[in-house]
Amino acid sequence: MHEFNYHKASSVADATAKLAASDDARLLAGGQTLIAAMKMRLSAPADVIDLGGIVELRGIKVEGAGISIGAMTTHATVAASKEVGKAIPALASLAASIGDPMVRNMGTIGGSVANNDPAADYPAALVGLGATVVTSKRKIAADQFFTGLYETALEPGEIIMSVSFPTPKRASYMKFKNPASRYALVGVFVAESASGMRVGVTGAGPCVFRVPDMEKALGKSFSPDAVKGIKVPADDLNTDIHASAEYRSHLITVMTRRAVEQALSN
Amino acid sequence: MPVRLSMTVNGNPVSADVEPRTLLVDFIRDTLRLTGTHIGCDTAQCGACTIHMNGVAVKCCNMLAVQAQGSTILTIEGLAKADGTMHPMQAAFRDHHGLQCGYCTPGMVMSAIDLLKRHPHPSEEQIRAELDGNLCRCTGYHNIVKAVQAAAKA
Repeated sequence: MHEFNYHKASSVADATAKLAASDDARLLAGGQTLIAAMKMRLSAPADVIDLGGIVELRGIKVEGAGISIGAMTTHATVAASKEVGKAIPALASLAASIGDPMVRNMGTIGGSVANNDPAADYPAALVGLGATVVTSKRKIAADQFFTGLYETALEPGEIIMSVSFPTPKRASYMKFKNPASRYALVGVFVAESASGMRVGVTGAGPCVFRVPDMEKALGKSFSPDAVKGIKVPADDLNTDIHASAEYRSHLITVMTRRAVEQALSN
Repeated sequence: MPVRLSMTVNGNPVSADVEPRTLLVDFIRDTLRLTGTHIGCDTAQCGACTIHMNGVAVKCCNMLAVQAQGSTILTIEGLAKADGTMHPMQAAFRDHHGLQCGYCTPGMVMSAIDLLKRHPHPSEEQIRAELDGNLCRCTGYHNIVKAVQAAAKA
């Protein structure tokens, strides 16, 4: 790892100031992606700003008809949360499926969302539930937040503070795990909410996306058969050493059907 | 610019000046000379580096030492009693031959202790799932699972 200047932020305002004072800084959340990248010298910031001491960024709150999760809340905490388990159990089991227990004890929702790995689980949940990312500057709807491969709508100096999830009528996440890394080869989050039907797909393309045809079909009939014949074209999907675009296209339909089956059986 | 790092390790206060880029595993092994914690893959996959920080299992090859500032650390060396009596998990691994070369073992034991804290009566399926972050190239995992099952009954 290259040398860097280490700064421990005492508050979001302090972190913002430290970001502004550097032209080559990275925020450190749980470090499960950043430290690994820095060890391989894929990332070499001059300044690392540690958010680990900012207590206000941790915690889960029931918020009207939904849940608010602080950006520095770990996956383990979300997975074990009674509040999340009661309001959005699909979100708790998604968090429980990330990585492994040790990764879940350090990894955070803010870090995952800001990084927007194409195979990360949380983006599918945010898009599937129609969540809102609350930053130090504004609120950003999930549909507008994830903009491309490892890209988000965050501006320089902007820090995620929390994510707000509305409570769905019913929801389910079905993930086809890469057998080695356990990242999502394809992960589908299906949710029926007050705002309508949403299907969020991760792992298949460069960035999380919705499938309007499946959403329409499920809106008419919430059943696995409703999406049986609907395919996402392979054209814009990923081909890599793990799977072809055609196989990922096939998996999207299978995972969506299984997610609907699971939602119906709850 | 070095950081003054202080933490409690296996019940003892420790303090040292470290470069910020020092990994927690290197601090534990090289500075503190606690070499029971192993570096296997160095990419946070194999779990040989698993220790407890503030009561929960973490992979310390994928953390900066400064992230453990002020924390309570428990390594494999901190499990046995002063008189040498093994922790029940260590005894179970011995009794059920849950190791061959022993390289993954400290990480497996630390991970398994965390597992039982969260799931005191795990099914076999649960044990296998919860040890997902610890890889073993020798045993095929069967005796590791038996060891954890035995420790759950102890």
